[in-house]
Amino acid sequence: MLDVTENAMEELKSTPLLREHEKLKALIAPFGGWNMPIQYEGIIAEHRWCREKAALFDICHMGEFRFRGDITASGLENVFTFSVKGIPVGRSRYGFLLNEQGGVIDDLIVFRLAEDEVMIVVNAATIDKDFAAIRSRLKPDANFLDISAATGKLDLQGPLSRDVLIKAFGGEIQTIPYFKFIRMNILGADAIVSRTGYTGELGYEIFLPAEKAVELWTLLLKDERVKPAGLGARDVLRLEMGYSLYGSDIDEETDPLEAGLSAFVNFDKEFTGKQALLQRQRDGVQRVKVAFQVNSRRSPRHHYEIVHDGTVTGSVTSGVFSPMLGCGIGLGFVKPEAAAVGTPLTIRHGNVSMEAAVVELPFYKGGSLRK
Amino acid sequence: MDTYFTKEHEWVKIKEGIASVGITEYAAHQLGDITFVELPQEGKVVKQFEALAGIESVKAASDIYTPVSGQVVKVNTALEDRPEIVNEAAEDAGWIAWVKVADESELKNLMNREQYEAYVKGLE
Repeated sequence: MLDVTENAMEELKSTPLLREHEKLKALIAPFGGWNMPIQYEGIIAEHRWCREKAALFDICHMGEFRFRGDITASGLENVFTFSVKGIPVGRSRYGFLLNEQGGVIDDLIVFRLAEDEVMIVVNAATIDKDFAAIRSRLKPDANFLDISAATGKLDLQGPLSRDVLIKAFGGEIQTIPYFKFIRMNILGADAIVSRTGYTGELGYEIFLPAEKAVELWTLLLKDERVKPAGLGARDVLRLEMGYSLYGSDIDEETDPLEAGLSAFVNFDKEFTGKQALLQRQRDGVQRVKVAFQVNSRRSPRHHYEIVHDGTVTGSVTSGVFSPMLGCGIGLGFVKPEAAAVGTPLTIRHGNVSMEAAVVELPFYKGGSLRK
Repeated sequence: MDTYFTKEHEWVKIKEGIASVGITEYAAHQLGDITFVELPQEGKVVKQFEALAGIESVKAASDIYTPVSGQVVKVNTALEDRPEIVNEAAEDAGWIAWVKVADESELKNLMNREQYEAYVKGLE
C-alpha cells in the first residue's frame, strides 16, 4: 500500500520552459520523471530542420554537478573511466561512471572549468544515483554540489547554429572547436557555451542560470533559422549517429566493453569498476553491441529479437526509421559470432519480421559535426 | 456515400460492393509521422475486425483491422514509397486497401460519423 501511495504522490518535474512548450502546442509526455516536449510540428520535420538549419532543444532536465578543489587529493581523479586531471581547462570529455561490477551507472561529460573546478553533466533520470555514487567516492570534505535545479541548458544544433549564435552573441562563438567551450556573458549572466551535442550536427550546448532559460529560448526562436525540436527528433538524430541512450542501450547491467565504447575507458589509470572490466577482457565478452540497417522502411524497436542463422542471438536496444537513410536502423546486442560487418540478421517481434545486416557507425555520415 | 468507422479508428466507404478502407485522421494524428505501411496481399480473404495491414510511425507500430469481411482486390501501392500520404490525407488519398464486400449487413456493427466523433471526444 505504501508503495502505491508514494508512486501516486511522485509528481513529474517540469523545466522552466514548460509554459513555452504549451504555448507552442507541443505534445508533452513523461520522460525520465520529467514532463518534456516530445514534438512540436512533427518528429520528421524537426529532424530535417536540425539536419539543414538550426534546432533548439530544451535540455534543462539534465543534471549538473559542480566540484571545487584538488582533483587528485579529493579522489575525483579515480571516479570516472577517464582522467579528469588530463582534461585541459576549457575542454570537456565524455565517459562513464561505473559500478564495482563494471556496469554503467551513467554516461556523462566532464567540463574542466578551471584547474580546481569542474562541471559534470549527467542524464536526467540518473541525477540522484549519480550524485550519491560520486559523493561516496570523494573525501567527506570535498566541495561537491548538485546544481541541476539552478542550471538551465538549451541545445542549439544544426549547420546554421554557429551563424545564429554569432548574430545573437558575437564573434567569440566562431572560435570554439569541437569538445571545447567558452564562458561568456549571456543576457547579463555567466554562461557556458560548449561545442558539443547529441545530433551529429555542428552545435552548441548552452548552460546558464535556470531563471534566464525562458529569455534565451525566446531570443533564439526570434531568428527565423531556428525552430524548436522535441525529444522525439533528438532520439532519431542521436540514433542516426549511433550514440547510446542511457537506459536503452547502456545501463548498470551493461559494461563499456560489450557496448563497444572502450574508446572512452582509460586503462592506464585507476577507476571504480576497472578490475571487473579487466577480468571481462580476459574472459572475453559474451555479447557485442552492433549497429544494423534494415532492408525496408520498417522500424526495429527496443526488445525486438535478433535472429542469426535461425537462432536468437540477442535483442534490439534502440531502433527507429531513419529519414536520412530511408530505412530502419538500430542498435542491439548479439553473440560475438554475429557481430562482423555484413552479417545478415533477422529482426523479429510477434508476426513482424525484417531483414537487416550489421553495418559500421555512424549510420548517417553527412553531418556538419566538425564543420 | 456514407462513411462508417470502427472503435480501432478505421474508416470504410462502400461503392458498388467495393469497400475502401483506411485509418481515420484522428488515428493518423495520434500515430504521428507514419514511416511504413505493411500492405495486405491482393486476393487475401479477411473477416470483419481481423488484422488487414500494419502501420508504423516514428512512435509506434500497430495493426489495421478490416471494418468489413471480404477479399482484398486492390492495395494503395503509393504508400510503399510515400507512407506520409496517410498523415496528409488519411480519409482520402491515404486509403489502404479495397475489399470486395462479402456481407453489407456487417455495417450495423460500425459507427456512423456522428457516433464516431462522439466516441473520439470521449477518448480525449
